[in-house]
Amino acid sequence: MKILVPVKRVIDYNVKPRVKADGTGVDLSNVKMSMNPFDEIAVEEAIRLKEKGVASEIVAVSIGPAKAQETLRTALAMGADRAILIQTDDEVEPLGVAKLLAKVADEEAPGLVILGKQAIDDDSNQTGQMLAALLGWGQGTFASKVEVDGDTVNVTREVDGGLETVALNTPAIVTTDLRLNEPRYASLPNIMKAKSKPLATKAPADYGVDVAPRLKTLSVAEPPKRVAGAKVADVDELVAKLKALGVVA
Amino acid sequence: MKTLVWVEHDGGAIKDATLSAVTAAAKLGEVHLLVAGKGVGGVAEAAAKIAGVGKVHVADDAAFDHALAENVAPLVVELMGSHDAFVAPATSNAKNIAPRVAALLDVMQISDILSIESADTFTRPTYAGNAIATVQSSDAKKVITVRTTAFDKAARDGGSGTVEAVASTGDKGLSRFVGAEISKSERPELTSAKVIVSGGRALQNGENFKTIIEPLADKLGAAVGASRAAVDAGYVPNDYQVGQTGKIVAPEVYIAIGISGAIQHLAGMKDSKTIIAINKDEDAPIFQIADIGLVADLFKAVPELTGKI
Ligand SMILES: Cc1cc2nc3c(=O)[nH]c(=O)nc-3n(C[C@H](O)[C@H](O)[C@H](O)COP(=O)(O)OP(=O)(O)OC[C@H]3O[C@@H](n4cnc5c(N)ncnc54)[C@H](O)[C@@H]3O)c2cc1C
Ligand SMILES: Cc1cc2nc3c(=O)[nH]c(=O)nc-3n(C[C@H](O)[C@H](O)[C@H](O)COP(=O)(O)OP(=O)(O)OC[C@H]3O[C@@H](n4cnc5c(N)ncnc54)[C@H](O)[C@@H]3O)c2cc1C
Repeated sequence: MKILVPVKRVIDYNVKPRVKADGTGVDLSNVKMSMNPFDEIAVEEAIRLKEKGVASEIVAVSIGPAKAQETLRTALAMGADRAILIQTDDEVEPLGVAKLLAKVADEEAPGLVILGKQAIDDDSNQTGQMLAALLGWGQGTFASKVEVDGDTVNVTREVDGGLETVALNTPAIVTTDLRLNEPRYASLPNIMKAKSKPLATKAPADYGVDVAPRLKTLSVAEPPKRVAGAKVADVDELVAKLKALGVVA
Repeated sequence: MKTLVWVEHDGGAIKDATLSAVTAAAKLGEVHLLVAGKGVGGVAEAAAKIAGVGKVHVADDAAFDHALAENVAPLVVELMGSHDAFVAPATSNAKNIAPRVAALLDVMQISDILSIESADTFTRPTYAGNAIATVQSSDAKKVITVRTTAFDKAARDGGSGTVEAVASTGDKGLSRFVGAEISKSERPELTSAKVIVSGGRALQNGENFKTIIEPLADKLGAAVGASRAAVDAGYVPNDYQVGQTGKIVAPEVYIAIGISGAIQHLAGMKDSKTIIAINKDEDAPIFQIADIGLVADLFKAVPELTGKI
């Protein structure tokens, strides 16, 4: 089967985001950008399924500015076979992303679409579920284990109380949680090879999808700051503080 | 505005998260509830007693057992014909279901709201809580998940809602529940505990969690949490993880032990009322947000602390 892996270019997880002084958003100029960590896990899972002989081809897709090519090249260097960039400088919300991905899925007819459970910038945690709804497929979200068995995929999910396993008919949607796998680093030869793998560039209009945003960001502000309190010298002082807080009698 | 609130329950009891969602929904308008599951008559009765609740819609069918999104979303969509907003606490069930509902309604969901500014304007955290966005929705119907730590809990009693059965929308045959491994604990739940004791990578193994973190938690009647590093290393199960991609908590007191204070961890606990940190590195970032800090080796300090309280 074919696997589709949507990957998003986001602020690197090591960077501390700074809100712009004019309150219009987060300052992303001269900031290191990387593949969303959950999407690296998605690419890795697809590659492992290919190595097991379950998947035949891996197609990475990104919706974003021209620079999202770099993110797609990273996916190709890890082991994806080809890539599609739906290029836009406009804001595309999860609903719009899901609509575009649904069109790509119609064209590519994958057996699985593996997405990240959330992007670490907007933290929406929506796209995979929305895509599943639009395609009328089953969804295995927050996955920590994925096993394909014929026309069924068993997905173990990280839920509030622990773990839960669901069986889905394929084609299906999977969204990755942190403990699904540890993504590999691309080797230098593979990075070189990735440069000649096919990367198609499209526009949202090619898919005839209306991706106009439904949410308008009125302002973006820093959260209230916490200030560091005092240090206590020893355990006795800490016990006294806990008593003052009323947590211990 | 008529709201439909997702009732999070375990087949028997209603989870506290629901009560926060009710408070948020009440700010928007009339509060109706949806109880879905198998054999949930008792849950519906309890739901009708929550303060401020009007109607309780009950969908009692095997198709809704385990809250499979593929089956629950069409049910919600059906009910949204006569409601203006679907409001759900940001639990793992609701995070799974709500976006599916939103896409079926062709609505852009507003995730994890912190406040309601007006009928169409909300604040929500982005970038691991480092940027709070104020967003305005142009959709006619709203689909909203609620950060439960940002809203007070509605009272469990005082209400006199009416219970009304709704027809099942059936099993869509796309997915099937296979099994679950749910952690059992006598301790309070992480997301509603007053005190949380959390351990990090520094604990070194699961045994140390049992012998160092748990006795302190037991003395304080606290829930036990952990950093991602501790969960990844297998010291404790995944449902202990606090952070951007784990659970969001805001207890009265949060005690971070052997946790460095990475932004992804802070995203899950920095709204706690009082933060206490025990770390042997005096420059650990956790101290920048801690109200009370103790620079010490946890293997000495924590047993001593447990002994003295
Ligand atoms: C140039 C630009 C400017 C923007 N400006 C703003 C702004 O000012 N305010 C604002 O609120 N939003 C803005 N956005 C949109 C925002 O950054 C998110 O892309 C959008 O809201 C999706 O949310 P999410 O990524 O958190 O979705 P989630 O649902 O959390 O994402 C889950 C998964 O979906 C997949 N996915 C999501 N997005 C993409 C994508 N683009 N391509 C491929 N796969 C994807 C990934 O697998 C990801 O792991 C902008 C986007 C762009 C491209
Ligand atoms: C996409 C993504 C999502 C993430 N989501 C989360 C999340 O939801 N939650 C989360 O927690 N993390 C998350 N992380 C991971 C996060 O970046 C950190 O790696 C993690 O929080 C570190 O855990 P830690 O503080 O236990 O370990 P470390 O950073 O290794 O810190 C251990 C601390 O223990 C102290 N220490 C060591 N020995 C002792 C001793 N004997 N006595 C006292 N102190 C001692 C050290 O000084 C150090 O400060 C995420 C990362 C990514 C990339």
